[in-house]
Amino acid sequence: MDYIFSALKEAINLIITLDSEVTNVVGTSLKLSLTSTFLAALIGIPLGILVSKIDFKGKYFLNTVLNTLLSLPTVVLGLFVYSIISRKGVLGEWGLLFTIKGIIIGQVLLILPIVVALVRNAIHDIDEKMYKTALSLGATGSQKFRLLISEARYGIIGALITSFGRVIGEVGVSMMIGGNIKGFTRTITTAIAMETNKGRFGFALALGIILLSLSFIINFILYFFQSGESK
Amino acid sequence: MFKNKSFIIGITLLILITSFVFVDNTVKGQERLVLATTTSTENSGLLDELIPPFEEKFDIRVDVVSVGTGKAISLAENGDADIILVHAKDAEKQFVEEGYGVNRRDVMYNDFVILGPPADPANIKGMKKAKKAFKKIADTESTFVSRGDDSGTNKKELSIWSSANVEPAGKWYIETGQGMGASLNVANEKEAYILADRGTYLAYSSDLDIEILVEGDPELYNPYGIIPVNPAYHSHVNYQMAMAFVGYITSQQGQKIINEYTAYGKVLFHPSAITSKNLK
Repeated sequence: MDYIFSALKEAINLIITLDSEVTNVVGTSLKLSLTSTFLAALIGIPLGILVSKIDFKGKYFLNTVLNTLLSLPTVVLGLFVYSIISRKGVLGEWGLLFTIKGIIIGQVLLILPIVVALVRNAIHDIDEKMYKTALSLGATGSQKFRLLISEARYGIIGALITSFGRVIGEVGVSMMIGGNIKGFTRTITTAIAMETNKGRFGFALALGIILLSLSFIINFILYFFQSGESK
Repeated sequence: MFKNKSFIIGITLLILITSFVFVDNTVKGQERLVLATTTSTENSGLLDELIPPFEEKFDIRVDVVSVGTGKAISLAENGDADIILVHAKDAEKQFVEEGYGVNRRDVMYNDFVILGPPADPANIKGMKKAKKAFKKIADTESTFVSRGDDSGTNKKELSIWSSANVEPAGKWYIETGQGMGASLNVANEKEAYILADRGTYLAYSSDLDIEILVEGDPELYNPYGIIPVNPAYHSHVNYQMAMAFVGYITSQQGQKIINEYTAYGKVLFHPSAITSKNLK
């Protein structure tokens, strides 16, 4: 129990004093998570709509693969991305290993299946009649797209919240691809892993508390937009 | 379309925050040197003293990736590091012989210690020879915690077992597959014996009941070497800066920093690239 109280004290202390190492780590984590979520949304939302609305051969198989990827361990994905962007890998010449870009690639791959699968489900849940009416009224492609997004917005925001939660809390990809380099690719989670290894449990717990607080604030904002207009 | 106004605002906000964070990017365009090293080195805090003067002098950013010795070497073999600072003499020798590394230099040393519960069921306290102590632990089948992670410490432990002519296996031999800190905690919980580097033990000692039982055997000597990756093998590596770093860390300035570095009130590393009279 001692750890928890001293961790709480340390967490508050770290936040108040704006410890430069902590702000750096927090900034890196935020930057990575927001960017990855944004990029995954950019690619994943249209893909999710396509998967839901277009019939093609092998759709059943694709859906099963998507659902399987939801349980992909981050370490396995980290290994996979490492084998591609390592100097020995196919994209080795790009020198992406141990860089911010490298981590973002890994994280986008990690949450893309989540975005696609959850958006697909959200689109499935829309009232079919409305969509058919729009079609019969001769809606154009972009009108159809906007209608679907608008109708499935709660589900879509939910998909983004889930994805954000997954990336900000993941350690496998950030550690293997980022390398936990101080002042550069060190994130909250890799710092927690390292501090635990050093035996600084209080400090590690303090970082954990900061991570959860951040996550709370961002979810609070997102939830505000999700529920704001349903009154 | 008014209905999804707040949705659009939400997305816009996300974009704004994202781009804002993008602007506040970490140093760019600066030359970098990737140093793969062991967790024990980075966790000791020594590199935080040793690296900044070099970075300033050569206007370069040194990116430290700390992993086990085994992984540091395989990163370098794959060309993913420019230089390694590790502790496993045989593996280092092989690394150089196979052509992956060139110009290895001794940098510093410290030592390993054998820890165990104060009750000391195998009765090894104060023994002079590590291998004899290991033999006794095996004979009495007292619980022993191994890292089992191909780290420098793990390699050293295995070499002591083989010099004691013991094939460690059985219920008493636990492999954690984890780092030094985590393994120390396991040993503490299980009241087991364990081989640890002195630096990590000191960092943990206030939380541990297990204590030093055997130390000072030359076999427990723990030398650290630095090896640049061979540019003939991996043409992209920053060989020039790697050599500059070797020059710096083995120079009077670098060696003095190592010599004067203390943590937890103790000296953690002893310089070995130059003689002690040149440290004055």
